[in-house]
Amino acid sequence: MSETLTATTPALATPARTDAPMLQVRGVKTFYGNIMALRGVDVDVYKGEIVTLIGSNGAGKSTLMMTIFGQPRPREGSILFEGRDITQVPTHEIAHLKIAQSPEGRRIFPRMSVFENLQMGAAVDGFAHFDADLEKVFVLFPRLKERINQRGGTLSGGEQQMLAIGRALMSRPRLLMLDEPSLGLAPLVVRQIFDAIRELNRTEGLTVFLVEQNAFHALKLAHRGYVLVNGAITLSGEGRELLERPEVRAAYLEGGAH
Amino acid sequence: MAVQTAETAPPAAAIPVLGPAFKDALIAGLIALGLFGPLIGFETVIIDGALGLAYRPSLLAIMVGIIFFGRLLLNLTLWSPNRKPSTHTGPTLFDRAGTFIGPGVKPALLAFAVLFPAIAIFSLGGLNESRYLIDLGILILTYVMLGWGLNIVVGLAGLLDLGYVAFYAVGAYTYALLATSAPINDFFAGLFGATFWANWAFWICLPMAGIFAGVWGMILGFPVLRLRGDYLAIVTLAFGEIIRLVLINWVDFTNGGAGIASIPRATFFGIPFNAGPDGFAALFGLPFSPMHRIVFLYFVILALALLTAFVTVRLRRLPVGRAWEALREDEIACRSLGINTTTTKLSAFATGAMFGGFAGCFFAVRAGFVSPESFTFDVSAMILAIVVLGGMGSQIGVAVAAAVMMGGMEMLRNLGFLTQIFGNDFDPSLYRMLIFGFAMVAIMVWKPRGLVSTRDPTIFLKERKAVSGDLVKEGHG
Repeated sequence: MSETLTATTPALATPARTDAPMLQVRGVKTFYGNIMALRGVDVDVYKGEIVTLIGSNGAGKSTLMMTIFGQPRPREGSILFEGRDITQVPTHEIAHLKIAQSPEGRRIFPRMSVFENLQMGAAVDGFAHFDADLEKVFVLFPRLKERINQRGGTLSGGEQQMLAIGRALMSRPRLLMLDEPSLGLAPLVVRQIFDAIRELNRTEGLTVFLVEQNAFHALKLAHRGYVLVNGAITLSGEGRELLERPEVRAAYLEGGAH
Repeated sequence: MAVQTAETAPPAAAIPVLGPAFKDALIAGLIALGLFGPLIGFETVIIDGALGLAYRPSLLAIMVGIIFFGRLLLNLTLWSPNRKPSTHTGPTLFDRAGTFIGPGVKPALLAFAVLFPAIAIFSLGGLNESRYLIDLGILILTYVMLGWGLNIVVGLAGLLDLGYVAFYAVGAYTYALLATSAPINDFFAGLFGATFWANWAFWICLPMAGIFAGVWGMILGFPVLRLRGDYLAIVTLAFGEIIRLVLINWVDFTNGGAGIASIPRATFFGIPFNAGPDGFAALFGLPFSPMHRIVFLYFVILALALLTAFVTVRLRRLPVGRAWEALREDEIACRSLGINTTTTKLSAFATGAMFGGFAGCFFAVRAGFVSPESFTFDVSAMILAIVVLGGMGSQIGVAVAAAVMMGGMEMLRNLGFLTQIFGNDFDPSLYRMLIFGFAMVAIMVWKPRGLVSTRDPTIFLKERKAVSGDLVKEGHG
């Protein structure tokens, strides 16, 4: 049932990649009790790409994100990162493989200062490049530097999101996974954050897996996209190409393009 | 009434106050009369072997009067509809006071704690007279140490532990059982002389008590790894009770409810505090006094408490301590940042338990007697209350709370002057728990995050900036 656009429209096809995908999700089925939240999902993320996963509420976007991180574990299927099967690896060890996650709802540490939050992110990296990484995060999000000694909980929503992304970057990730970074933010702040993601991808070749409801912005940003409906991928293809698809427009963009 | 905002309240339109206030107070007074009438107005007494009723109209009148006038006063002042609700932002008076005296308060308290025995001895005019005060100091410091130990588990790692007394008990029984063990005594008697074990048992058992308690902390930690909040509290509560019941029922090992008596006393690093020629007094050329041991014990518990504080402060700056605090804030975020929550939780339980074990060992050597009755849930509840009232995670707050709670409870025993007001039958100690309860409610109303709610970040990029904990309502805690 998964329809691949690249097959139907060869003119716009992504150049066939010969290298193995960095992240390879194959036939993943995740259950909450007896409810199947993911019905056999296949997703590939190649090195240096921005890949977005869009879908409506309850489609299973965050579940896929959390499943990749081992919480919950899939009942079937496999997840490979750089050729290594991480399906049964404990969550904290997955983080040590340099996959960084900015989880849904930001989940910063509210009573710890911005500085301490960023330090927590660097724990995986062993503080080897702490100062350089800190400077990089400040260049990306100057607001965080102004707020450095402030408690995480006193930041505004947008600043908290910047902190969540900054914290994830402190671990020098090879793959950055972002769960709805635009949630509840003003359009201007969303643009700031998406610009930052694009910048990271262009200058450092950072691989990004982005889960979003804001389909317009996400698809404009991403190289490739997947559409998740009721726990299954129904469409996939290049970001701009997906934007043009009538199904996508009807379901996710009509009246929503802002 | 008082929640009307400035916009909706009619400007300067005075609402009649006295009439409604009087009416309201009258109603409250009548309700009080109805309630207190049977409760306070009658007293059952035994007259000639039969049960009879005595009447206490004056006491009833006083109580109803307090309700009536108190309510009237509140209606006219705090609850008055004409009163503008004061809205203020920024740090409260308490926090500003904290920032102002902040840098000086810790050294001052430390100096007071170190000089306390000297102050007590000089102000009361002699060693023996100061015994009560120094004993009280030891009690307070024991609870300060227990509070700091539990603070690691509850305040830093955010794991609600209602069974902390179990580790206190493990420490106490470790010392009691090892120190009174005949085989160990004989073994060391053969090696180093007959009195070696009696003189050195405390100093050898102290680290062992900490280690044993730490191991028990991990044993408790394993089954509760997946639990949080209320569920964790219930299991730890059960754990505390299990330890106590085992101590009662395993009579062969622990001597059951009768407890273990004649535990060797503390020595000055091997020199016993006795009147003999090898005793502390003789060696230091002092006249013998049993108070030497008490004063020494005071400094031992002070050192143990400071060790707890020092280790906690250091650990907070290390990755493991930072991980504890992060765990308290958000467990899921912790895992996705690569923190092993299993080892983090176990290390918090073990570290907290270890200090509980030290304190337990000290308890056993001070009392010279342990029995399961000393390790009831009340103790756990008291320690937890100290941590919560002091402000979770705050060292100084916990110390102040311990001093106020334990010292305050003792002070209430001594309210003898009240008998002059209420008559000789009045026993103020009966009201201790009532006043104690009021104090706890009051603190939770005015300082819901504890006496010291400001959490100091452990690291600053440029300079520190005080942001009150009260401003951080979002999220947890």
